Amino acid sequence: MEHEITLVVNGATRRVEVPARRLLSDCLRHDLGLTGTHVGCEHGVCGCCTVLLDGRPVRSCLTFAVTVDGQEITTVEGLAREGATREGGGSERPSRIHEAEAMDTALSPVQRAFAECHGLQCGFCTPGFLCTVTAFLRENPAPSDDEIVEGIAGNLCRCTGYQNIVKAVHRAAELLAEER
Amino acid sequence: MTTRLFGEPVQRREDPRLLTGQGRYLDDLGRDALAAAFVRSPHAHARIRDIDVTPALDVPGLMAIYTWEDLPERVGRALPLLIPHPALTHGRTAYPLARDVVRHVGEPVVMVVASDRYAAEDACALIEVGYEQLKPVVGLEEAVQGAALVHEDVPGNVGAHLVQEVAAADGRGAGEAIETAPHTLAFRLDIERSASTPLEGRGVYARWDGRDLRVYSSTQTSTSVRMAVAATLGLPLPQVEVIAPDVGGGFGVKIVHPWPEEILVPWAAMTLGREVKWTEDRREHFISSAHERAQIQHVRVGFDDDGRVLGLDVTIRHDHGAYTPYGIIVPIVTSTQLLGPYKIGAYRVEFTSLYTNTVQVTPYRGAGRPQAVFCMERTMDKIARHLGKDRTEVRAVNFIGPDEFPYDQRMTFQDGRPLIYDSGNYPEMLRMVKELIGWDEHERRPGRGIGLGCYVEGTGVGPYEGGHVQITSDGRVHVSTGLTSQGQGHETVFAQIAATELGVPIERVSVVTGDTRRFGYAVGTFASRAAVMSGNAIALACRKVREKALRIAADALEADPADLAIDDGMVHVAGAPSASIPLSTVAVLANPLRYAFDDEAAKATQFSGTASPDRPPVAEGEEPGLEGRDYYSPIRSTFASGMHAAVVETDPDTAEITVVRYVVVHDCGRLVNPMIVEGQIHGGVAQGIGGALYERMVYDSHGQLANASFMDFLMPYATEIPHVETAHLETPSPLNPLGIKGAGEAGVIPVSAVVASALEDAEGFEIDRMPISPSELFELRERHASLE
Repeated sequence: MEHEITLVVNGATRRVEVPARRLLSDCLRHDLGLTGTHVGCEHGVCGCCTVLLDGRPVRSCLTFAVTVDGQEITTVEGLAREGATREGGGSERPSRIHEAEAMDTALSPVQRAFAECHGLQCGFCTPGFLCTVTAFLRENPAPSDDEIVEGIAGNLCRCTGYQNIVKAVHRAAELLAEER
Repeated sequence: MTTRLFGEPVQRREDPRLLTGQGRYLDDLGRDALAAAFVRSPHAHARIRDIDVTPALDVPGLMAIYTWEDLPERVGRALPLLIPHPALTHGRTAYPLARDVVRHVGEPVVMVVASDRYAAEDACALIEVGYEQLKPVVGLEEAVQGAALVHEDVPGNVGAHLVQEVAAADGRGAGEAIETAPHTLAFRLDIERSASTPLEGRGVYARWDGRDLRVYSSTQTSTSVRMAVAATLGLPLPQVEVIAPDVGGGFGVKIVHPWPEEILVPWAAMTLGREVKWTEDRREHFISSAHERAQIQHVRVGFDDDGRVLGLDVTIRHDHGAYTPYGIIVPIVTSTQLLGPYKIGAYRVEFTSLYTNTVQVTPYRGAGRPQAVFCMERTMDKIARHLGKDRTEVRAVNFIGPDEFPYDQRMTFQDGRPLIYDSGNYPEMLRMVKELIGWDEHERRPGRGIGLGCYVEGTGVGPYEGGHVQITSDGRVHVSTGLTSQGQGHETVFAQIAATELGVPIERVSVVTGDTRRFGYAVGTFASRAAVMSGNAIALACRKVREKALRIAADALEADPADLAIDDGMVHVAGAPSASIPLSTVAVLANPLRYAFDDEAAKATQFSGTASPDRPPVAEGEEPGLEGRDYYSPIRSTFASGMHAAVVETDPDTAEITVVRYVVVHDCGRLVNPMIVEGQIHGGVAQGIGGALYERMVYDSHGQLANASFMDFLMPYATEIPHVETAHLETPSPLNPLGIKGAGEAGVIPVSAVVASALEDAEGFEIDRMPISPSELFELRERHASLE
């Protein structure tokens, strides 16, 4: 049996029919086409599928879509928009020719910090880290090293050894402070 | 010069898309494709009695169910053995779907195709497979006993046996050298299984339009998957394209090809006339992909009063799991790389590679080197302990000197070529690592230890890679190479190389990897070879293009090509910047067909003189367009090296182990992008820490993998990984134009040896196995306390 639910995803209201067993991760990826949210283990350990549910990080692979009917969800695709909205400006669409540079202005401070500090390699775990860190820095805008390690200790990365991710979180805190 | 980018920490060009959710990983493609799922064996060793699919037939959305008997003859054949070797006398590979017998938990038995993955898994759950259980062989001890056999026709479970011997300078063999040495030691070392476990598993997506087949695979080698698919499905090669999209990590497991799914998914797409996709889930990855590392080593060593090794004899038992699709590369690498940075008097190494009823073993980052380095560095530490010498002194007396390169180890390496080191400076590296960790000032106390490990890594194995470079009339530079990317930053480093060679801004360079539509001949990304192989191939292709550009520009500017330089995308007469022509215009001039589709083509006409009516518009030996292709094929491998040191602390009560400092000195020749090299090292060290302290594959006596999830397989989080301090030494390789060596695997290689060395120093007793958990350390303490 299908259930009609309404999700506010990255600011847009989306109506979708899903069976009760549909995971939120599958709903976002396959029903709504938002494939930026990745699935690394489907048992809630790796954190790749982390999205923000009403601003708080959750594992979308452990959440049934029907249980979040009516709630607000931010995925990696919406992080830049979130940053831009808070700054009061709209995010520019990158032109094709100078994609890399123009993209820079369309990235949130957390995303920019990950690029600056080489906080990603294959990029598969990255969306989960970005969502986790975005929420973490809202609660703790000037964290210590230990607090950062604790803050990201629910996300697995197989490529970076975490060192540059920790560095990126410090850098993101700086960038956010500059914008405040 | 604005365009000199080689060696700079350029930010990655991959990042904007990967940071915004615009990456295209395998499961992000084919939204409307049918989904495949597999019924996999729940038993480690069993004969298939019958398969009843009828209960599954009513599942809504079911499209097809296939067993081995449903496969056409050429599709159902045993998978290829990729790298045969004369010593691999009993190589065995699996069938794409199990035929009669299953030999490990997780072996695919039935393929289901349905409207989506949920429906496909529903059907899988209802299919009933009757098994007659056979006795499983689990672990090396059982394999050696040979009481039960993994393959009926493989006596003693022995797949391969190889002895390699290098005599001392005076002609004596290792046995004699050891027996007559002033000091001898004998001991056993154990290393357990681990695995690559990239965060994205494997996956395959296939589209068939009735004539052409396009396959996307999360692979480390799209060109070879293409050839395997074409051959197995009986399609002409030009009708098959294989693309590696963004790949979420590889670390070795994705170099194996073809995986059963890489044959079955395209075949199902052709058979059903529909797009079909399979995405591996985490449990499937643990029980049906590949593992590595497990070895038992018996070592005998003879040495003099200074600790100089006079003879070394190593006997290795290597567990290769149920099948050998990738040959015996791993134990061959262990055997040959064991010598590290040392001159060993006489060396004998013997390995036996054995079948067990467990997941097959193929290279995982390091590919046999972590085991080799564990063996050699444990040996060095034991010699130092025996003689009461500092561990660094014993290493130093055995080093190959900086003036002894090229140094011939007189063995045959994994590429079948002589094991000759190209360059290095091991004493300087030891000095650097000692300084970085503060070796001489280290404060010794119980529960706090310091350790080190040294290694040499053969990198950049052949046979070849190629590069294609095209400059179009908009001034953009399009670079392609056939090998694939799994997070190494190839789009960035190859663009740095091309921008530097051609004198263009990096923003104008784009790089495509792993797409057979763009480049058809390649080997793949493994063995720390991408930067060495494709980097040099792209540089050579750029040099061809540059030469052609200068020739054309010289004509237009009425100058001598030797007087021309390229800066910021402009060809100009050196010292006279006003006499110049942009590369975009040169690209137009390179093609006699000049329709004025854009401003550049229109502009170019002012340079075009009157073509001679006596000569063809495209001169003999020339081609239209400003493009070039070249290949790099080295005579033998390059040899990178490194030395790591660490300080560990152990809890006196709980035996908890903490790595408090970790330092790396690394030599990969010239660095293309130090930021990316350091990232590779950090990630490698983290995998090494996982292998040393946390990760293992826990098989029970029935051959069930008891920890096949991230909940129980303890891949480290940020909380387990120390800060890594790095320093670089650059001894350029004389073997390739760019002088680079390769860095992908380096970080992981010596970590188990380093941690064991430091733990031994902290605890005062010998550490002879890896990984080691707090409970194991606790037990070792009790055992040593009871002996005293």
